[in-house]
Amino acid sequence: MKKQLLLVAIATTLGGTLMAGSLQAATLDDVKSRGHVQCGVTSGLPGFSQPDENGDWTGIDVDTCRAVAAAVFGSADKAQFTPLTAKERFTALQSGEIDVLSRNTTWTLTRDASLGLNFTGVNYYDGQGFLVSKSLGVNDAEQLDGATICIQAGTTTELNLADYFRTKGMTFNPLVFDTSEQTVSGFAAGRCDVLTSDRSQLAALRSKLEDPSSAITLPNIISKEPLGPVVRQGDDQWFNIVKWALFVQINAEELGVTQANVAEMKSSTNPEIQRLLGTTGDMGEKLGVPADFGFRIIQTVGNYGEMYDRNVGPDTPLGLDRGLNALWNNGGIMYAPPVR
Amino acid sequence: MNESNMTPSNGARPKPWNNPKVRMFVFQTLALATVFWFGWTLFHNTLSNMESRGISTGFGFLDETAGFGIIMTLIPYDSTMTYGRTFFVGLLNTLLVSAMGVVAATIIGFVVGIARLSSNWLIAKLALIYIETIRNIPLLLQIFFWYFAVLQTLPSPRQSLDVADMFFLSNRGLYFPTASAEPEFGWVMAALITGIAAAVFVHRWAKKRQLRTGQLFPALRVGTLLVLALPLLMFMLVGRPLVWEMPSLTGFNFTGGASILPELAALWIALSLYTASFIAEIVRSGILAVDRGQTEAASALGLRSSFTLRLVIIPQAMRVIIPPLTSQYLNLVKNSSLATAIAYPDLVSVFMGTTLNQTGQAVEVVAITMAVYLTISLIISGLMNIYNRAVALQER
Repeated sequence: MKKQLLLVAIATTLGGTLMAGSLQAATLDDVKSRGHVQCGVTSGLPGFSQPDENGDWTGIDVDTCRAVAAAVFGSADKAQFTPLTAKERFTALQSGEIDVLSRNTTWTLTRDASLGLNFTGVNYYDGQGFLVSKSLGVNDAEQLDGATICIQAGTTTELNLADYFRTKGMTFNPLVFDTSEQTVSGFAAGRCDVLTSDRSQLAALRSKLEDPSSAITLPNIISKEPLGPVVRQGDDQWFNIVKWALFVQINAEELGVTQANVAEMKSSTNPEIQRLLGTTGDMGEKLGVPADFGFRIIQTVGNYGEMYDRNVGPDTPLGLDRGLNALWNNGGIMYAPPVR
Repeated sequence: MNESNMTPSNGARPKPWNNPKVRMFVFQTLALATVFWFGWTLFHNTLSNMESRGISTGFGFLDETAGFGIIMTLIPYDSTMTYGRTFFVGLLNTLLVSAMGVVAATIIGFVVGIARLSSNWLIAKLALIYIETIRNIPLLLQIFFWYFAVLQTLPSPRQSLDVADMFFLSNRGLYFPTASAEPEFGWVMAALITGIAAAVFVHRWAKKRQLRTGQLFPALRVGTLLVLALPLLMFMLVGRPLVWEMPSLTGFNFTGGASILPELAALWIALSLYTASFIAEIVRSGILAVDRGQTEAASALGLRSSFTLRLVIIPQAMRVIIPPLTSQYLNLVKNSSLATAIAYPDLVSVFMGTTLNQTGQAVEVVAITMAVYLTISLIISGLMNIYNRAVALQER
């Protein structure tokens, strides 16, 4: 009978431990006690998240996450990065392996409603396009009937592509690879005629080709792809912090606050700038982060425009124009709620 | 405890708690109950955790529209069909490449394994080099080699290599003509069945005659001739009732006919060659396990060495070979999931990849996939066990 009691005791303890795991802890407390923000990023996409030869990550998605670290800790260096494939990303966030998913992820209803996740905003407005070899002589997507198309698995791209070809009454052969590297290899080896992805990614992947000038991007844009950071559902405080880290960057660009002038802007008399940089008001306190979190973000990561230009802008190998990503008062749709 | 009430009263001799049968029953029931309780707690906990985090659960997603395309399907499929359908598409593709791999790996493995023991120095060394090279290189690398390295050397569809304007080889695969049967083709099928029946009859007759008179009859050769010649003769007689469809280049690619995708070919070749190198070693060890006296006894009887191998050595070696061979088959099936790296649409790529991602139902999809691989493995080892029992040493 002793044996049996022991078994029951072991089982109860195990069961109890499992039950305890179901209680949700506050992400901010976890992050603070750990000492860094854990971010999920792509395993290597120039301009968005890519490790350099020293193992330091760069890119717009990386910087978006660094802004969160700057808000919480006052330093952009307090962010660490987990490379994830498209297939792994949501599970990694759901299971708590990462605190923020900042990995060119398209905001869709299904993802918002059924994955237990929340999108905090948009750090890049994108659309799906096509990359084709110049030698094919194609200049419009409507000429792609019967083409073989390379795609990356687990993306909205796969669904948009099928929808597009069905509505146009055309057929295609989908070749679905696991990672973006393999997708590019398939395209480079001539296995497919077309590579499809978000247009920003096409620019990045094209720069990886041996001869980038051998391929062109077709003018067609077949979908809306708002890309942005994602957090777990059910932790409003953390949701707000991640959301406002980006909004602060966008507002800073609108107000003309840059990494270079942020120190002198601290003495600005503009009440909006004062609230943004935390010299007046208690904006940080409301979010649960230091009062000068806005100042820290701009000081260590810069405003949205600086982040854009540094990673994907016209002067980078990707050479992407601001387009939709310009501020709302400058011809684009990048717009953040006021810091008030 | 209820259990103690259920035991029959065996007189007053042992007290129930001293009765080994009762104790066995009680403890086993308890252990089983604990396992079930633990499993249920795990299951219930997962579900309630997922619910509290706003993650959808359940298998309802299998009836939803999939909305994505798949390049190779053995059953009719288009993007308006359901996720349940994508499961079967992926499953059949996995079964296809596994079955092709098992057959090819077995043939190559046996040939190389026997060659490894050849008295010809060159053949034995070549077999050795093959085995040691292939089995020490990671399978994923070999798959990439057969896929990307070979693809690069193949021309584009417009410059494809063709044989007699019927077979076209390009980096889109091998295209070949297909035939569709006219009603008269039924006669050819009938002739084929007659041929097979005749071959079986000849085989039986030859065996009986050999037992009676000791004379050999080339039953295999005659049988093959019957199976091939009869339908061919009938085919000519009823006026070649087949309509051929030739592949032709239209737009980007070939249409018409049938094709073998480079993904399938690369995965098949890599899986077969890799597993064959292990099977070769298993065959070698199986043959070496047969006592040398068996060979000597066979040659003392005057058997030719090919007969010795086929009738004396291999049957005895099979008893040693089958158990490890089974695990190689299981490995091959599981390794086929590396397909996802080269875009072959197997179960893991289609179902655990795209379907999982579009629905977000990770727990359900992974559970189904695990159940499938478990079932396939159990079926293979079950079949191999039946075969093993059939060839096991009969003790009389």
